[in-house]
Formats: sequence, C-alpha cells, structure tokens
Amino acid sequence: MDILEKYRPMVERHRQMLELGRNAVGLRMDDVYSPTRARIDGKEIILAGTNNYMAITFDEACIKAGQKALGDHGTGTTGSRIANGSYALHLDLEKSLADFLNRKHSIVFSTGYQANLGAIAGLAGPRDTVYLDADSHSSIYDACALSGARLIRFKHNDADDLARRLRRSGEDGGGRLVVLEGIYSMFGDRAPLREFVDVKHEHGFQLLVDEAHSTGVLGPNGRGLADEAELESDVDFVVGTFSKSFGAIGGFAASDHELFEMLRFSARAYMFSASPSPATIATVKEAVKQLEARPELRQKLRHNSERLHRGFKSLGLELCCDVPSPIIAVRIVDEPTAIVLWNRLLDAGVYVNIALPPGTPNGVCLLRCSVSAGHSEQDIDKIISLFETVVLSLPQALPPLM
Amino acid sequence: MATDDEIYAKLCRLIGPFNTADVKLEKNTDIAADLNIDSVSVMDFVMEVEDEFDIDIPLNILGETRTLSDLIDVVKARVNGA
Repeated sequence: MDILEKYRPMVERHRQMLELGRNAVGLRMDDVYSPTRARIDGKEIILAGTNNYMAITFDEACIKAGQKALGDHGTGTTGSRIANGSYALHLDLEKSLADFLNRKHSIVFSTGYQANLGAIAGLAGPRDTVYLDADSHSSIYDACALSGARLIRFKHNDADDLARRLRRSGEDGGGRLVVLEGIYSMFGDRAPLREFVDVKHEHGFQLLVDEAHSTGVLGPNGRGLADEAELESDVDFVVGTFSKSFGAIGGFAASDHELFEMLRFSARAYMFSASPSPATIATVKEAVKQLEARPELRQKLRHNSERLHRGFKSLGLELCCDVPSPIIAVRIVDEPTAIVLWNRLLDAGVYVNIALPPGTPNGVCLLRCSVSAGHSEQDIDKIISLFETVVLSLPQALPPLM
Repeated sequence: MATDDEIYAKLCRLIGPFNTADVKLEKNTDIAADLNIDSVSVMDFVMEVEDEFDIDIPLNILGETRTLSDLIDVVKARVNGA
C-alpha cells in the first residue's frame, strides 16, 4: 500500500474546508505590521489569535538587541551545544532566565515544543511513570511517548481523579512525574494547583508545570500559575516557551534540583538540535528584562482579557472558561459553522484561531481568541462588536444550552 | 472472574457515547478505524474502561490495542494481574 494513502480522508476534510472559504489552517499573512495588526487579503486586520500576550514582538529594544547580535555573532550557530559549544549569549540568557524564574538552573531549547520534549523525555525514562492531564498539549503527549515511560492519563483538572489513579497504579520503585499546564491552550483554564499540590503531599510524586501560556501573564512576578498561587516551592520543574510572552522562538526548562543539569546529557531535543540563533537569544534576553521592568504590561493584558470576557458573556456566547485569561474560546455548534464564521470574522476585520477536534478537548469546535497587552480598549470593543454582528447573526451557530 | 462476553458487554455499553455513527459492534470491530473516532476519543473511552474495571491501561499499550477483542484481552490480563 502507498504510504501516504492513509491520509486520503484528511484530503477530503481539507477540501470541505476550502469549499467554505479560506485555508483556515495555513492562512497567508501578506504583512505583519505590529503585534495586533496585519494585512490579509489586501486588508488591515486586527490580530486576536497570535498568543502575543506582552505585545513585545515589535519592541524597539528587543529589535535592536537582535540586530546587534546578528551583526556581532552571525546568522546561526550551525549546530548543537554539545557538539559546537555554547555561545556566551546562551549562558547569559540561561542566567537571566534562572534569575527571572527564581530557580537555580535553566536550560534553553530551540523551540517550545522541544522544551517539553527535552524536559519530559529527559526526566522520565522507561522505568518511570508519567501522569498527564487529559487536555495536555500535543508536545506533552509526544514527549511522553518519546520518554518510554508508562503513561497514565487523568481527567482534566481533576486532582481527585489523579489521586485515584496514583493509588490504583501504586509505587513500583520508579519515578513518578505529574505534568500540568499553567493555562491550558484551548480553553484558557488554569490548573487548580493547590488541589494537585495537596495530592502531591499525600503521594510524593514530582511535579512539572508547563507555563507556556502563563509565563509573563500570571503571578505578581509574571512567573506563571505557581507564582500566582504562591506554590512555586511545590513545583519541581517548570517548562516554558519564548514564542508567546517573550515574542521570539525557543523554550526553556528550569528547576532547583541539584541534578537538573544532567538534562544537558539526556534530553535528546537539546542534544541533537542546533542551538537557538544569536539574534533569537538576544531578543529573548531583552524581553526578559522588559517583562521584569514593565509589570504594567501584565496589568494591561489582564484588563483587556477581562474586558473581552465580559463583552462576550454579555452577548450570550458560550465560553469555555468562567475565569478570564488571555485565551478566550467561544464554542460553536459544529465544524462547518465554525469555518464559515471564522471566514466571516476575517472578512469583517478580525483574525482569531479556529480550533477543531482532535486538537480540542471533548470534540468541541471553537473560535479561540488570544488577547494582547497591545490591544487598545477600542480594539477589544471592535472584536466584541464584530462577534456580535457575525456570530449572533447566525443564531444556530451556538451550541444548544445544556 | 468476568467472562469474555461479560467484558465485551460492558465495553459495548461504555463505547456507546463515542459510537456516534451507531456502527454495529462486533468483537473484531477496530475501535478507531471502524467507528471513525479520533485518538482523543479513543483515550477518553479507555479512561472509562479503566474506571469501570478499576485497572490501569497505560497509553503505551494502546498502539497494539486495535479491536474490542484486543481490549478484552487487555482488561482480562489487567484484572488478573491486580
């Protein structure tokens, strides 16, 4: 059999999407003007689906730092750090990050996806068990598969369910790692960290929190959910990304554990990837500085998130999370309707994400917005009014009330 | 100790909510392919099976577990092992 033949049904699904409008999973942005504006199909569009939480992608200081590094150190590192060595820039960034995160050790990866791959598959091996939340990001699932560990999936955000599964599987002498996310990427809900930490105290596992969507966003110091919940000392390992609040690309893992640096010799995603380019490292280092120096970005983001959440609620839209976060997902009745509405929203002037199963929990279809500190109040109000015009004009678009 | 048929009957009940196309079930029904359900739904179904029989079914073995009959074997082995 032809090796690609299995994807035939996917071709059909894609064709149906294109029949309803644009390619929603590969949209061309002709030009990106700012953290909140782009030109699409010749028209200026408000961006509300880019995870650009701190609006730092066009920050002058970050751009300047990147340009300087590009000139001083060249375009790329052309290899991994174990083979080619580390640039001083990599080590400087790891030091700044460790300081920012208030952790003893931090390791930089080339993408956020690889940060999870490296951290989780570096920590857990075939004799260990990883307990992962059912709604975990694909990078966590892939990391778990790569680790070779025994994988037990527990119900989303359900600490009692985790406890039940811990009791059921018992201790087998191997390590036990529980993986949670600070803010879940599809629904925008937080892990109930206190409840999980209580289970941790009872069962004695080690805890990793992926703060990809919550670094910069949550907590008095912008360190994420554990910072907000004042439970950082109960979290053994933190993973995060540079592609959201830091406005670049790459990721990190951090810990106070004395053996953590051994991941440099065990995390294959670190060992066998070329290290991040000098310009990337330099912009991230500047972004860390900006996030520390400008807590007002976090305030603005929160203000914008609450405003959009409130606005959508008042329209009667079904939101996936009652607590506002920068990710605000609106439930739509089915896939064709979500595709039609997504196209109409773009026609009307706003870009959001379309999220479809199996990329979503519970098989739901979503129009997912992500809010930025760079949005003005007028932007937020415009997004609300466009949803009112477009989504409410199709009353059958909303799922029936439960 | 439950018989194959008893386990099968329970599995058929548990898979009901995931079998949205109402495909007729047999022991050799391929859970993902024949019911046309995605990987997440398969994992959600397996979670229900774990709770029904009070066993662990690590995700690692799902790659080898395709049909309801395969799943009956997994359940039997795990219930016995407990």
